[in-house]
Amino acid sequence: MTALEASGAASGPVVGAKASAAGPRPVEPVTDHKRRDNLRKRAEIALFVGPALILFLTFVVYPVISAARYSLYQWNGISRFSDAKFIGLDNYARALFGGTDPATNQAFSTAYSDPFWEALGHNFAIIGLSMAVQLPLALLIALTLNRKFPGRASVRVIMFAPYVLSEVISGVMWLIIFDPNGIATSLMQSIGLDSPAGGWLEDQTWGFWTVFFIITWKYIGLAIILFLAGLSGVPEDLQEAAAIDGASWWQVQWRINIPLIGPTVRIWAFLSLIGSVQLFDMVWVLNKGGTTGQYSTIATYMMQIGFFRSDWGYGSAVAVIMFFISFIIALAYMGIVLRRDNTEHVRKAR
Amino acid sequence: MRPTKQRRYDKSVYLSIGFALVGVALTLGPILYLVLGGFKSQQGLAENPTGFPNPFMWENYGNILSQQLFWRQLLNSLVVAIATTAGVVLFGTMAAYPLARYRFRGREFFFVVFTTGLMFPLTVAVLPLYLLLRDMGISGLWGLIIPQIAFGLPVTIIILRPFLKALPIELEEAAFMDGVSRIGFFWRMLLPLARPAMVTVGVLAFIGSWNAYLLPLLLLTGDQTGMTLPLGVTAFQGQHSSATTMIMAYTSLAMIPALVFFLFMERRIVDGLTGAVKG
Repeated sequence: MTALEASGAASGPVVGAKASAAGPRPVEPVTDHKRRDNLRKRAEIALFVGPALILFLTFVVYPVISAARYSLYQWNGISRFSDAKFIGLDNYARALFGGTDPATNQAFSTAYSDPFWEALGHNFAIIGLSMAVQLPLALLIALTLNRKFPGRASVRVIMFAPYVLSEVISGVMWLIIFDPNGIATSLMQSIGLDSPAGGWLEDQTWGFWTVFFIITWKYIGLAIILFLAGLSGVPEDLQEAAAIDGASWWQVQWRINIPLIGPTVRIWAFLSLIGSVQLFDMVWVLNKGGTTGQYSTIATYMMQIGFFRSDWGYGSAVAVIMFFISFIIALAYMGIVLRRDNTEHVRKAR
Repeated sequence: MRPTKQRRYDKSVYLSIGFALVGVALTLGPILYLVLGGFKSQQGLAENPTGFPNPFMWENYGNILSQQLFWRQLLNSLVVAIATTAGVVLFGTMAAYPLARYRFRGREFFFVVFTTGLMFPLTVAVLPLYLLLRDMGISGLWGLIIPQIAFGLPVTIIILRPFLKALPIELEEAAFMDGVSRIGFFWRMLLPLARPAMVTVGVLAFIGSWNAYLLPLLLLTGDQTGMTLPLGVTAFQGQHSSATTMIMAYTSLAMIPALVFFLFMERRIVDGLTGAVKG
């Protein structure tokens, strides 16, 4: 869902701009009474847009604004909000730099900032690894599947399937596989290697890598499908002409295909960035970010403290921080990458 | 020139096929292991983890299918997904229609308001949303359906508006000439014409709802018969933590509806995702 939401974010303004430039000029029904019609038109607009707008404002916009408001209070979510204590930016300070622990009243404590930064570090490690591992791997698979060979269509469908499976089902499946006494351990033993001593997920260093492996398995299908869609847009005569001129398969990929699907790759990179910042479902299913938070993410940390330890003000502050990180990434993406892609279009058009 | 080209590519195509087969094995292997594990006894899994189940044991699957719990959760998931999809498509199309084809002041403003929704993921809003639903007294499956519709609307409107805009203006001219009102035009002409785009957004909304975990996790606590399938799987896993093969069977069964839906709708899903990204 996150990827999907973000995908709209990536295309939204572009689509809007394109459509409003090319769209037809609206016409009016044939009528005699200008005034009554105007009223009628307004009523129709209200009737059509109203339900969606009310739902959207009530269940999306209002909660987000509430999160920003709660983040300034110390509140357990159970007592009435009017009794909550206003503490300004203390919640943010607690997360970012450490501060007074409300549970123990310890004057300065990093009990909150340490796990916060650890979780955030995992998010950014996943971002970096997605670009360093998932991107080349998905590109290689997409280029392979772009060639014609028997059974290609079925291979595409199969490799995309994990993306459609729910996080819970794939998560529980991998929990069973990576059980300390599970099949992953016996496979490692059968080829004479040691599995992590503490267990695949419980181990302090292996845990994160295991989770990254699972995430890659789950989400690489989207990258492959997007890249394939981009590749299908590369004119075949270009590749054929290069092949006739004696270019090898690799040269064709490097010089023609990969540069031409640049925009698709950049959009995937954006989706992956946003998805990595908001990663929750899969990590939560995999033992809630780990027994000691060895692969927690900022979203699982937020849920753990906000919901399950009833520190709603603090949880909301973490949520707002998460929002700002996604927001900055989105702005940077629009500013740097999209502008570049658009000016390239302009240059080509000339 | 074609034959030469064919020959050039033929040799290394085996490498590609080999590579693709490795990918397929890595994708399907875990799923196959899960499904086969459901046919094993606990002891059989320990003795023979990778092999084919021997003897083939139907009891795990049989037990689950003969009890109400699985079917209830399947039904809950279906109800929520269908209601969400219907709501998203209906309200989304209704809102996209004036935003695409009426001329009025503030049209672009309303559109921008909806697009900002993409900035607000459910993860950010979920804690206050939970409180809001609690205060409004919305619980159970409605507590999932209503917010899911609200969160699905921005994408839907963004995909539908350009599609509705692209329909030729002559349609409306002809219809209005014949004395059809705007609402009549919406019902009788626009809805049938917009069906391909509506199916696309509908499929995306359905999958999103079917796989949803975060909101059910907060809202559907307590009674297992009131849970949707993803939450049901984790609850089952928590209860039967020692009976691995039972969990495997339950998870495999929960996987089937999504896979069947995927196989039938593969084209639509792929088109929807790539279309939403490429614009």
